[in-house]
Amino acid sequence: MKTTEYKWPYDNEMDQEETIESDVLVLGGGLSGCFAAVAAARKGLTVTVVEKGAVEKSGAAGTGFDHWESACTNPCSGVTPEEIAEAYVREQDWYSNGIAHYIECREGYDRLLDIEAFGGKIRDTENQFAGAEFRDEKTKLMFAYDYKNKFTIRVWGSTFKPALAKEMKRLGIRIMEHTEATGLILAEEQGKKRGAGAFGMDVHTGKFYTFRAKTTVLAMSRPARVWLFDPDMTGLCEFRPLQSIGSGHAMGWRAGIEFTMMEKSVRAEFSAAGRSFPPYGAGNNHNTWYAATMVDARGVEIPYVDRDGRELKTVSERYYPVPGQKFFLKGGVIDNPKYEYRGPETLDFETLMERGYQLPFYADLSRMPQDERRVIWGMMVGEEAKTKIPIYQNYTERGFDPEKHMLQSYGTGWQSASFLEQERQFFGAPGGLMHDWDLKTNVDGIYAAGDQLYASDCAGFACATGYYAGRKAADYAGTAVLPEIRKEDAEAEKQRLYAPLYVEREDGTGWRELNMAIAKAMQNYCGGVKCEALLKEGLDLLKSFEREIVPKLCASNPHELMRTHEVLDILTVAELVLYASLERKASSVPLCFARSDHPHMEREEEKRHIVIRQEEGIVKTRDVPLDFFGNLREEYEKRNQDYIGGGI
Amino acid sequence: MKKVEFTAEPVSSSASPLKYDAELCIGCNRCAYVCQCDILLPSEKKGEHPVVMYPGECYYCGACVMVCPRPGAIRLVHPLMNRAKFVPAL
Repeated sequence: MKTTEYKWPYDNEMDQEETIESDVLVLGGGLSGCFAAVAAARKGLTVTVVEKGAVEKSGAAGTGFDHWESACTNPCSGVTPEEIAEAYVREQDWYSNGIAHYIECREGYDRLLDIEAFGGKIRDTENQFAGAEFRDEKTKLMFAYDYKNKFTIRVWGSTFKPALAKEMKRLGIRIMEHTEATGLILAEEQGKKRGAGAFGMDVHTGKFYTFRAKTTVLAMSRPARVWLFDPDMTGLCEFRPLQSIGSGHAMGWRAGIEFTMMEKSVRAEFSAAGRSFPPYGAGNNHNTWYAATMVDARGVEIPYVDRDGRELKTVSERYYPVPGQKFFLKGGVIDNPKYEYRGPETLDFETLMERGYQLPFYADLSRMPQDERRVIWGMMVGEEAKTKIPIYQNYTERGFDPEKHMLQSYGTGWQSASFLEQERQFFGAPGGLMHDWDLKTNVDGIYAAGDQLYASDCAGFACATGYYAGRKAADYAGTAVLPEIRKEDAEAEKQRLYAPLYVEREDGTGWRELNMAIAKAMQNYCGGVKCEALLKEGLDLLKSFEREIVPKLCASNPHELMRTHEVLDILTVAELVLYASLERKASSVPLCFARSDHPHMEREEEKRHIVIRQEEGIVKTRDVPLDFFGNLREEYEKRNQDYIGGGI
Repeated sequence: MKKVEFTAEPVSSSASPLKYDAELCIGCNRCAYVCQCDILLPSEKKGEHPVVMYPGECYYCGACVMVCPRPGAIRLVHPLMNRAKFVPAL
């Protein structure tokens, strides 16, 4: 049998290495990383960004996004940053990132104005939606969800990454594209560990990099492919981009960084390699598609109800709080909020079945007012990531016309599918890196932003926290000296990274096989209901993979090497999840955490952050009260007078 | 590290996410550059479209199509199982 073998099209530089020095090193070139870099550059520091893809189109928002949430300081807003940040905290039962969310509520709109200055489109400058109920005539800003309080802005997110990329180049930020960050470098100063930079590898040429820096910002999103995997359509098995699998969490854990809430995961909501359909590509009325008219197979409209179960009569009512309710929460992370914050929704599936509604259901935009129809199909679907080409253009080419057709809904909700309890994901507001009011981790000189933070949110969150972490990192770098690094650390990392290239293919194991085994193990040992014996067996199995399988991993080129490194990181994250799960000896609704050996719901004294880290292989924990962040407004203002006064 | 020769061979997938029109494509490789999953490798022949080396790793984001300077040169195609149905409105 002849196999087609290709000559590697890029240079082979695996025998080369380079050291690059900067004041601030940013790992990850998504929204949060780009903004971290901009902040540090504005403060006059030298910045290097390490991005696995190309900054212009990388990250979860690489191809766009549609709704800028929690923009509480926009000129049309009817809510204060305190109101929304505190609402999220209460909604999430205090298992919430008050600090980061407040930063988003307070500074997020400023970042949106930055994007506009960089060339991104944030308002309806072309008057395409003049006169629409969701549009403010004066500012031309367009709003989603709550039209009364106007704190989520509809934006042309497909223009954002290109605008950010352009600005970064203009600012002279060094952008290392097609480069994976693989491990943190630590130095010791006065008996304390501190960040000294990171190692990396060019994913096209195999060249090795040592990035020395005074401060490092971790901005590599959240983990994935821990429970869900498909060896055939790997790119579709998770919601976020394939290569975004939590390398920041893995390298952070290895470096002794603290984490919290890593025991939290939810039953999977999305996997297009399996039951789901392309994101935003099936009929629904959630998020991007809110508040689409839904009908059943007979064409009977499915009622929207307010939080008291009262059926709404008009489309317009879907976008307003009820009398006595100040505002409602809706968006990416908020699924079914508490009564206080609950907005209009279609009747739940069970009730519809009882009342005789017939499957399949459809999203029928043809029945909607023109502005609502056009803003959903053509703006939200079009500007949201993974929609302009895969949904808007693709479906239009297939003949879809929202004025004439209705799009089928699958499953019982926006997810378009129903998964098993053992199939889990880091959806919503899962765990992540623990941090303080500077978005600094427990290791001096290492900061974090965006989805790396625990209980993180959406694009506005990423931009706001990215910028904030960048300026805090810059302030520290301004006073710091470049730490010395040890040659043996680089040598050890090179051995680890390149080993698969030397394993004979016939004797070797591919990255897919290992990822598949990790996912199945996690479904078995860390599924919907956990217990100590299962968790420990799971750890035992994963440790055996480390000992026996990792040395056999093989790769033939830098691309396969990169994929292999990702699975090594997934293995680390899976272990971290097991450790965190073992530590919480109670069940918890807000953490979506159920233990059969500790089935009691957490008592008052058990409600806390179990902050976890490892030190030379020993897992250590400490308790942190859920309200550790204090009064959000006071604590923020104490530490950010320079910014409030008009500083960078 | 001691040099090892890099080789690549296409990894087959049940899906074919990307279709190139060889007539329209100018071989600029912008698609290969922006693909964050790195599934496209530039062709050995200058002016030819990239090779879809790792189709199973496609994330179906459409970035490649967005940056292509020649409309129609590259098309994104969903796996058959993922083509959501639409029908005439009632």
